[in-house]
Amino acid sequence: MYVAVKGGEAAILATHDLVAEARRGDENVPELGVAQIREQMGLACGRVMNEGSLYDPDLAALALKQAQGDAIEAAFLMRAYRTTLPRFGSSEPLDTAKMSIRRRVSATYKDLPGGQVLGPTYDYTHRLFDFTLMDQAAPAESPARPATQPLDASMPRVPDILGAEGLMEEEAPPAGDPRPFDLTREPVTFPADRDVRLQAMARGDEGFMLGLGYSVQRGYGNSHPFVGEVRVGEVAVEYVPEELGFAVDLGDVTLTECQMVNQFAGSKEVPPQFTRGYGLSFGHSERKAMSMSLVDRALKAREFGEAATYPAQQDEFVLYHSDNVEAAGFVEHLKLPHYVDFQGELELIRRIRKEREQRLADQQSEALPEAAE
Amino acid sequence: MTVHQSISDETRPAYNYAYLDEQTKRMIRRALLKAVAIPGYQVPFGSREMPLARGWGTGGIQVTAAIIGPDDTLKVIDQGADDTTNAVSIRRFFERTADARTTEATDEATIIQTRHRIPEAPLKAGQIMVYQVPQPEPLRKLEPHEAETRKMHAWAEYGLMQVKLYENIARFGEVTTTYDYPVMVNGRYVMAPSPIPKFDNPKMQMSPALQLFGAGREKRIYAVPPHTSVRSLDFDDHPFRIQSWEQPCALCGAADSYLDEVVIDDQGGRMFVCSDSHHCETRRAEGHRGAMLADASALHLVEDEAKP
Repeated sequence: MYVAVKGGEAAILATHDLVAEARRGDENVPELGVAQIREQMGLACGRVMNEGSLYDPDLAALALKQAQGDAIEAAFLMRAYRTTLPRFGSSEPLDTAKMSIRRRVSATYKDLPGGQVLGPTYDYTHRLFDFTLMDQAAPAESPARPATQPLDASMPRVPDILGAEGLMEEEAPPAGDPRPFDLTREPVTFPADRDVRLQAMARGDEGFMLGLGYSVQRGYGNSHPFVGEVRVGEVAVEYVPEELGFAVDLGDVTLTECQMVNQFAGSKEVPPQFTRGYGLSFGHSERKAMSMSLVDRALKAREFGEAATYPAQQDEFVLYHSDNVEAAGFVEHLKLPHYVDFQGELELIRRIRKEREQRLADQQSEALPEAAE
Repeated sequence: MTVHQSISDETRPAYNYAYLDEQTKRMIRRALLKAVAIPGYQVPFGSREMPLARGWGTGGIQVTAAIIGPDDTLKVIDQGADDTTNAVSIRRFFERTADARTTEATDEATIIQTRHRIPEAPLKAGQIMVYQVPQPEPLRKLEPHEAETRKMHAWAEYGLMQVKLYENIARFGEVTTTYDYPVMVNGRYVMAPSPIPKFDNPKMQMSPALQLFGAGREKRIYAVPPHTSVRSLDFDDHPFRIQSWEQPCALCGAADSYLDEVVIDDQGGRMFVCSDSHHCETRRAEGHRGAMLADASALHLVEDEAKP
């Protein structure tokens, strides 16, 4: 009836047991292994690593298992763990031009050095159920065969090709090449610089970024993009320990990089040229990287002197609302008790209604004698 | 600094005392010092991602974690009560991570972390109130852009807020803000008191306790030092007024406390009870009896301390 009785703590502990039971489901069905999730739900793990801002496929798989497959809850687990990790330094900048390519497609050139590499993609599948996957026993060997010839050693990035011709917006690191801002350690101020924006978008909700990118295409933002290139593959992470003074290879990460080529009419100072939209994400996550690169270009509105009329062009709107762990927390906090504030509203509305009825009654009684005259 | 031991066993890595690492605590303490030095000013801070959800008190938890020590006694309330689910959860968090000595007694607490209420019992010098803040910016509903609202504070440009209050009065005959009612701190900054009912606003005025505000998701900290002026915004001809009820608390008979409304049947039956559960229990222990206390204790809905 009402919470005057002590019991909140016992009830909370019981919810932990119940969620563990719900997570396990029917015990006659074998339990999922973390390795199974890592290997067979790789795209989900990629999303959790992106939104959790932590490259660790094993932990991403564990997070998905613990969260019953809820991507945002899993990202939350990753972040709450990540925040406790010590920072021992920053890596050297990754060189995506040296990526060992799994997939690389360009929409701007029919052929280019390194060629089009289709790789593993759902793009050309027909979305028809493959009912053979219903069976537990999978076919013994992979149908994929190695190519007859190896990929080209050189896979130049498309914007670099355009850049060599001087047609692409030049992009150089800021003076002194300072370490990028870390929005998980410092508060963001506005207007936000590009390193902050890219970082926020890389960990932003895939669905939100997709919606914003789509809005730019449909007319809520002035964008005419071409996919200069999407590439997926492994890139080496190098780190220079102070005591050694030279770079050490820490291992490879799987990345998806998207570079959009956008038109720009030019201004008084700048000749007409193509401009960049950049997206980079962990794992194989083309949708995320492409959405991000659309919004990255939209957010450059200020730099190019364009009017920032639409949500995707406004850094405050994009950065504050793309963080799904924060958004989910605040939306779901509405489940918390609010009865103190609600009582305030009840008291107000009752009093205002009472005063209104009184006023109407007074007006009526004043009006009556006139009617009699 | 001491590495916290009690929650670590052989299989788990140790977390630092009160969860946050010492560098983070230092960063938060710096922000707190700045906030105390400029009452009502919102200090941006590097809010950490916490193991509890954003919007569920991560700002207050970070502030408490940065100031709590082994000598402190912590009280956590939500909606005025120690037993509401999230208050229980946050209290458990500090019991686990900081071996916190906890209490429900307002006068025994050195730190009181709260959501939506200030206790009824007057606060004392040496006590610290830590408020959980969902939206630190009092002007946000009037101006969505942070870049703009920071300028408005810098210039003390609060006309927009006065116009909003005036429009309320013009339309409804009174200001219709019932909680998170804006206050002017130290005659300089308009501040969001967090969503406490406006009933509690007068308790902030010249309080002997230190009042700290943490907004985790919005990454802001602000403060009201002891004995600082906190005035609720109003007009000379429409002075600020607080909520009142037509009946006293049904359990303890208090006529001067903030009441929660409890629906007791589907026939329109209502009872009104103190939102400050400790205040209500203390009064019942002192022998104060409300009209429905006998019924409630017969149904074991409350422990009737006054009974032999």
